[in-house]
Amino acid sequence: MRASLRTTAAAAATALALLLTGCAGTDDGRGDNGRIELSFQSLAWQKESVDANKQLVKEWNEAHPDVHVSYVQGSWDTVHDQLLTSFEGGEAPDIIHDASDDLADFAYGGYLADLRGLLPGRLTADIPRQSWSTTTFGDGVYGVPFLQEPRVLIANTKILAGSGVRIPTPGEPWSWAEFRQVTKELTVKGRYGVAWPLKEPVSVTLNLGLSDGGELFHRGADGKVTIRADEGDRIVPGTIHDQVDIDHSASRTALGMGGSDTLPGFFGGKYAMVPLGFSYRQQVVEQAPEGFEWTVLPAPAGSAGLAQGVSPQTLSVSEASPHKKEAAQFIDFLLRPPNMVRLAKGDWMLPTGTEALADPSLHTAENGWATGVAVAKALRPAPAQSVRGYPEWKDKVATPALQEYYSGAVGADELRKRLVDDGNRVLARYQR
Amino acid sequence: MSMRTSRTARAGQYAALLGYLVFLAFPFLWLISTAFKPARELGSLHPTWIPDHPTLDNFRKAFDEQPLLQAAANSLSAAVCAALIAVVVATPMAYVMARRRSRLSTAATGWVVISQAFPLVLLIIPLFLILKNLHLINTRWGLIMVYAVWALPFALWMLVGYVRAVPAELEEAASVDGAGRLRTLVSVTAPLLTPGIVATALFAFITAWNELFFALVLLKTPEKQTLPVVLTHFIGAEGAADLGPLAAAAFLATLPSLVIFAIIQRRITGGMLAGAVKS
Repeated sequence: MRASLRTTAAAAATALALLLTGCAGTDDGRGDNGRIELSFQSLAWQKESVDANKQLVKEWNEAHPDVHVSYVQGSWDTVHDQLLTSFEGGEAPDIIHDASDDLADFAYGGYLADLRGLLPGRLTADIPRQSWSTTTFGDGVYGVPFLQEPRVLIANTKILAGSGVRIPTPGEPWSWAEFRQVTKELTVKGRYGVAWPLKEPVSVTLNLGLSDGGELFHRGADGKVTIRADEGDRIVPGTIHDQVDIDHSASRTALGMGGSDTLPGFFGGKYAMVPLGFSYRQQVVEQAPEGFEWTVLPAPAGSAGLAQGVSPQTLSVSEASPHKKEAAQFIDFLLRPPNMVRLAKGDWMLPTGTEALADPSLHTAENGWATGVAVAKALRPAPAQSVRGYPEWKDKVATPALQEYYSGAVGADELRKRLVDDGNRVLARYQR
Repeated sequence: MSMRTSRTARAGQYAALLGYLVFLAFPFLWLISTAFKPARELGSLHPTWIPDHPTLDNFRKAFDEQPLLQAAANSLSAAVCAALIAVVVATPMAYVMARRRSRLSTAATGWVVISQAFPLVLLIIPLFLILKNLHLINTRWGLIMVYAVWALPFALWMLVGYVRAVPAELEEAASVDGAGRLRTLVSVTAPLLTPGIVATALFAFITAWNELFFALVLLKTPEKQTLPVVLTHFIGAEGAADLGPLAAAAFLATLPSLVIFAIIQRRITGGMLAGAVKS
């Protein structure tokens, strides 16, 4: 009995020792065969996009037997917490897919590699300066912006044609005043001219506000950021507020919806137009009833033309990666123009690369691709994404203030007071 | 008058209960309905409970796009192992805490209750670092250990109730009849505790089966990912979702929990309340 107990204990101890030493590979990022091992965490989620990413990884691995890339599936829903934990634990993927508005904390925290000097001139020159500014924090560049998504108007073709309103084009878009007038004309009993899905009111308001020069966040000579509401900052929220509360040309119930939630009403003829991200076209194609006709229109323009803010999807390299050079080479491969086009099509988005944007397959009228490409030049970095304290301002100050304003609970003066006065108090805490 | 009042009250109670049942059942019934709807019906302005053109396409798509079977097997192995470990460790502890009342056992019980209030986010980074030093990141055993430890406090709490519900007089009577300590435990206490142990194990199983955050953070290799992690792959940026396949996969993932809860729901409440009143 005692002997068997001893044997069991010895076996258990051996098993535990084996378990605790059973790690694969080494800490220098090389496998047992000396091959460099890189992990690429992708957030692609639509089938075409996942397939495109996996295929490109396969092509890389076939062409580079000494540098093997493993595809790891991540999720948009949980990426921030998951990356934060991985960084803290020193187990982050080598190549990281994320969005530029999620990078600030990681970049300032020293978790991401500064890509200056790692990327080839071809890639650096191919992506416009305004896109690079979305991933530039302080003096460093911490990600490669590669896909972007403008907000467009997805419209019911029959309703537009039947109403006789002027159809806007990227060359001659509606002004905000004309847009308000058009939505009034399209509104009849049982139908609204527009439905604004404003579950996330801050990004919509700030990004579209750029069309009229609305910056809201202003960086002084001392580098400190303050919030100031100028005339240009009032146009977009004012238009939405007036459509909902004065003209009744925008659905009040849609204010609390996400983009997908508005589609049934759009398909059912309850809304003539819905402002949505460019990638929502995929859902429209998949879910629209047989024979439903729709079109993509540019968002309204202001004094700054079609300008609007975007937070591009990005590829970054972990600071802890022992093979940053090879990781950057993989990013370069992934973002060669033909590959960038494949990735953009898979996600129903626009590439940031100039050469990829010029690809003829993106200049088709089908499913509104050409409209998106036409507004690409006007896209700017989303305001405030590099401002420290922005997430708190957004969640605690701006979101409730804008929701109350759009629903008619508070007026423009109260909105301004909360966004600016309360907002500056929040920012001040981050800039002492 | 009083008869009428009591009938009215009874009717009110049943109405409230029915309302509550509808409230609880609606999301699940809607999930089932969505899982069998074609994409075009998902975008309908006038959704119906029963799909006009029921389809299995969402299930096919879900299995085509994500390794659901492998993920389910991963979840199953992690949940079964965690439940077994939790029960094996918790049962003797619970016995001691229930039978040997002391300041230590009172303090231990208090600690168990307090530990339930800790948010996951507070624990995840220290836990991650400990597992990293043990080379257990991205291993099934690492996840199983975390699940077992995570389930342990509640399992202990449940089992203490079950042990207290077994009258100590039975054990005393067995020892009077000449049974030794081990014999008493094996022949008298264990059979009476078995339903409680099973209920506790099933509870630990469900906790592990449904868990997302630890699995998300600790497992990197796609082949090792559990079902809740794989379900997040149907969700895109800004809450956009591949709704049909997501509903189909979520429906399948919910079934084991539902079946198990149907089996153990009485025993869970029994375990919590057992020993609460001195006889």
